[in-house]
This record gives sequence, C-alpha cells and structure tokens, in this order.
Amino acid sequence: MGKVLMKGNEAIAEAAIRAGCLNYFAYPITPQSEVAEYLAKRMPEVDGVFLQGESEVAVGYMIFGASACGARVMTTSSSPGVSLMGEAISYITAAQCPAVFVNIMRGGPGLGGILPSQADYFQATKGGGHGDYRLLVMAPASVQEAVEMMMEAFPLAEKYRNPVMLVGDGLIGQMMEPVEFPDNLSIPATNKDAWATNGMDTRKSDKRNLVKTLYLNPEELNAHNLLLKAKYERMKQEAVKYEPYNLDSAYQVLIVSYGTMSRVCKTAIDMLKDEGIEVGMVRPQTLFPFPEQAIFEAAACESCKVALSVEMSMGQMIEDVERCIKGRLPVKWHGKCGGDVPTPEEVIDAVKRLIAEY
Amino acid sequence: MGKTFKKPEALSDQPTHYCPGCTHGIIHRLVAEVIDELGIRGSTVGIAPVGCAVLAYNYFTFDFQEAAHGRAPAMATGIKRVRPDLTVFTYQGDGDLASIGMGEIIHAANRGEKFTTIFVNNAVYGMTGGQMAPTTMPGQRTTTSPLGRKPLDVGMPVKMAELLAALETPSYIARQTVIKPKYVKKAKKSIKKAFEYQLEGRCFSLVEVVSTCPTNWGMTPVDALKWTEDTLLPYYKLGEYKTPTNGGNDAK
Repeated sequence: MGKVLMKGNEAIAEAAIRAGCLNYFAYPITPQSEVAEYLAKRMPEVDGVFLQGESEVAVGYMIFGASACGARVMTTSSSPGVSLMGEAISYITAAQCPAVFVNIMRGGPGLGGILPSQADYFQATKGGGHGDYRLLVMAPASVQEAVEMMMEAFPLAEKYRNPVMLVGDGLIGQMMEPVEFPDNLSIPATNKDAWATNGMDTRKSDKRNLVKTLYLNPEELNAHNLLLKAKYERMKQEAVKYEPYNLDSAYQVLIVSYGTMSRVCKTAIDMLKDEGIEVGMVRPQTLFPFPEQAIFEAAACESCKVALSVEMSMGQMIEDVERCIKGRLPVKWHGKCGGDVPTPEEVIDAVKRLIAEY
Repeated sequence: MGKTFKKPEALSDQPTHYCPGCTHGIIHRLVAEVIDELGIRGSTVGIAPVGCAVLAYNYFTFDFQEAAHGRAPAMATGIKRVRPDLTVFTYQGDGDLASIGMGEIIHAANRGEKFTTIFVNNAVYGMTGGQMAPTTMPGQRTTTSPLGRKPLDVGMPVKMAELLAALETPSYIARQTVIKPKYVKKAKKSIKKAFEYQLEGRCFSLVEVVSTCPTNWGMTPVDALKWTEDTLLPYYKLGEYKTPTNGGNDAK
C-alpha cells in the first residue's frame, strides 16, 4: 500500500486495526471524535467490536473488563475525557492489564478549549489517577509517527502488562498528512492464559484466574507496589525513545520539545543555523520513560550555555528537564497554552534573548 | 447411603467474612448452585463490587474480576462484548449499584448488555460502616442519618427493580428475598432464570435480592429478619417485574 493522505485521528484508528486491535470503546469528545466515527464504520467490516459508552468513566471500565479477559483493546479521548478515565487507568495499571489509551490533547484546565495543547503532560506522566503507577507514554510528532507508535503501543502494553498512552496535541489528530501503513502487519496475540479471566474452559485449566487490585495486607500491598516499581524501572532501561537534532554542532542552546511543538522548533533551529546560530534539540518520543541520559549528556556540551523547554503548556515538562540536567545549566521555559502553536519566529526570539542573557 | 446435600463445586471451602445473620452467604450459595446446575463454571466470569461483597471472589471457584465502586456493569459490558461466549455476572450491593454506579447500571440495562446482575439490597452501606444508602428507608437511622432518613431532605428510597423495569430493552427484572426458606426457593428460581436467559442470548437480566444487615441495622439476626419482612418488603415488593413473555424484551 502506497502513501495516502489521511487525517491524524483516522490514521490512528486504522493503525489500531492494522495492529490487531479489534476492540474499541469510546465516548465522543472534540478534537478526537473522528477516531470513533471512523471505527464505527470500520470495526463491523473486520468483525471487530465498536461500542460508544455512556461516559468516559464507564469506557475506562469497559477497557478494563475487556483487557482483563484477554482482549487487545483501546480507547481514545481528549483531555477532560482522559481525566474521567483516570480512575480506571489507576485500576488497570494496578491489575497489570494491557491497554492502549490515546489522548488527543486540548487546552485546559476545566473545559479549556478545543484547540491543540500539551497541558496533559503531568496527567500522562505523573498520574492523573490515584496511587503509585506509571504509564508508558508515547508522543508522536507527525501522523506517520502516530501510526508507527500505534503499531508499537500494543506489543509494549502486552510486554509490560501495563497501559500505554499515546499523547498527541490536537494538531496530530486534526491535520492531514501523507501516511504509509506498513504491509503484512499482524502482531501476534500474546498468550494471556497465566492471568486473564478468559474462562477456565478457554485455557483448559482447573485453576481459576482472578484480576484484582485490593491488597488489605500492608506487606502484600507493599510487595505489589515494589513489583510495579520494578516494571517501571525496566521500562526506563528498555523503552526510552528520543530523536536528537543538530546535536553534532557546537550548539549554544539546548531545546527539549516534543510533538507538534518539536517540528516548529526544528524549523527555528534550521533558520537560526542559516544565521550562524547553532541550537541543538532532544525530542522525547517517550515522555515516560523520559530520555534522562540523553538530555543529561546533551547538556554537557561545552558550548551549551542554557537549556530551553518549549512546550504547549505553562511549564510542565520543564520539571523533568531540570531533573535530568541536574543543575548543570540554567533551564528556561517558552510556550503557549491557549490553542495557538508558537511560531518559529517566537522560538527564534526566545533563543536569541537567552543567548544575549547567558 | 449417598450424599443428598453437598457444597456446590462453584463455591470454595473458605469460610466467609460476612457477619452473623447476613444473607450474602445464602445468595452466594444460590448463585453457585445455579452455576453448577447449568454446568457453566468453566465459562463464567464474575465481577465483584466494592462493598461487603468485594471479597466474593474468595468464595467462588471460577474466574473473577474485581471492579471499582459501581463500575461492575461497565466491566461486564467490556467482557461480554469481546467474549460473548462467556457467561458474565455482576454481584453488587445497593451503595455500589444504586448510588455511585447508578449511571453504569442504567446504561448497561438500557443497551441490553447480555449479562446478569445480582443486586443485593440491604438498605445500607455495609463495608464502609453503616452509612445511608439511596435505598435506606424513611426514618431509618444510619451513621450519616443519625436522626433517621428524612425524605424531605434526601428523597425517598430508590426502587431499582421498578426503575430498571421501566426500560424497554432488559429481558428479565425481578425482586426476591432470602429471609425465609420459601423465599429462598423463589430467589433461586429467579437467579436460575436470569442465567438461563443470558445463555439463550437474551438481553440484560437482573435479580434484586432484599437482604439483611444486622450489624449496621443494630439488630439481632432474628430481629433483622423481622424488620426486613415488616419494613422493607412492603416497600420493596417481591415479584417478577419483567420477563421475556411479560413486558420484557423477547429478542434473542
């Protein structure tokens, strides 16, 4: 199959099917409703399950139930909807069930707006629901990358028995770009008989399975949390993804940026290069695990005087950037969070101001 | 002489944590007997609620999932939609189903999800320590209605069976109790019907079981049975509110 021009939301929907996810539950919300609309038509064609739930709260538990009985399953939503799913996400993570959540982020807090935003960084990477848990969070910067990440998301969710969240700012869902789907894609179903409540007859076993999250004994709960922690540590070792940009130059400023924002930064970096100003960038492709080592090392570049976290939020990722840089460089923030994407010129101005200052 | 009475295979050996005089044990047994009789232990998934029955999975011997407060019908929806061949039931109390899970149960019932709900109504929150439920009776004292439930303040108790029977899609809605042997027989018959309808591929089925909570009612088990009969049953009337041949959805 060659390249086709597709809207991000529809490409994400099609990618899920190509990744072997034939079970989808969702609730409409702008700017991701096209995923549900696409799959309402497409799922019956592939004998899949499509169900519009009564709320994001309920959808979260439809995902939990389906995943716990062994199905490959996903949902999509946008910021306020993901808040409502936060409860189920906590349970699903505690129960170690695989699932894919897509958040096509819009502006917040509250109803906020319906335009692109990256203001759910904390929600995705630090919690959102209660308790000690982590999601494996992937952040595409193009429709093509969103498709590729969807292909990776399901096997990763099943490998770690943990939800994977794909976060795209509204633009990733709304813009149309040429996209190519990999051929012959069938991600084999993983055997879940060891834990899934798929019925004893299904797995020809006399041993029943139990999917639960309640541990009343403090030692048991602590041990359970240590087990989860070990899994998150394993993700940090194995699953980090990032893209370096212009890091082989003698850059004066190190930008950290992801998603659509990182594309604007790339344009700004290219324009600055033409003026003789070198700026490097680390683009996290996974927000958890975060590219800690890459940023730490990039900050060690002798010519680099200052780091700049450019994000469509009021300074959320910057806390992780500061954590990685460990005081080696001053870390500054540039961003916007009303729905407009900062322009390359704005990024250039921010960089030049920093160069003048440091 | 052969055994004439034995523990159902679907029930485990573990002693329950339920209080003396609580009827959860009887209802668990009825569900287990029905599952044995229908031969579906290997293809059944139960969903435990939040509340006293959260640990119900310890007493059954087949696959179980544990839900969050009130969300069992959404989980059952997820399971049944992706695995229609499994028999799925939720086991929920009145705080769980009629309060925090009101949205989930109504929509699951109205979509005609093909699972069964066993709804145990004892007019009070049990696990959290005897607080007022949507099903608490007028004047009934609880830890959060210490002067008795005042209908002018918090409304009248919710009649879930009647409320759900008002929907077009469910196939079977009944209310039973287990406070006397004659009622236990009827309750078992209803529970069996509900599971049979599910096996026939019919839409949503629910059996409400009016139940006791001597501990949180502050009564002896015997007084609790009497109070159930005198106070709860006149308000929560027993019977089949909807069957596939009488007002319920007869589609398969």
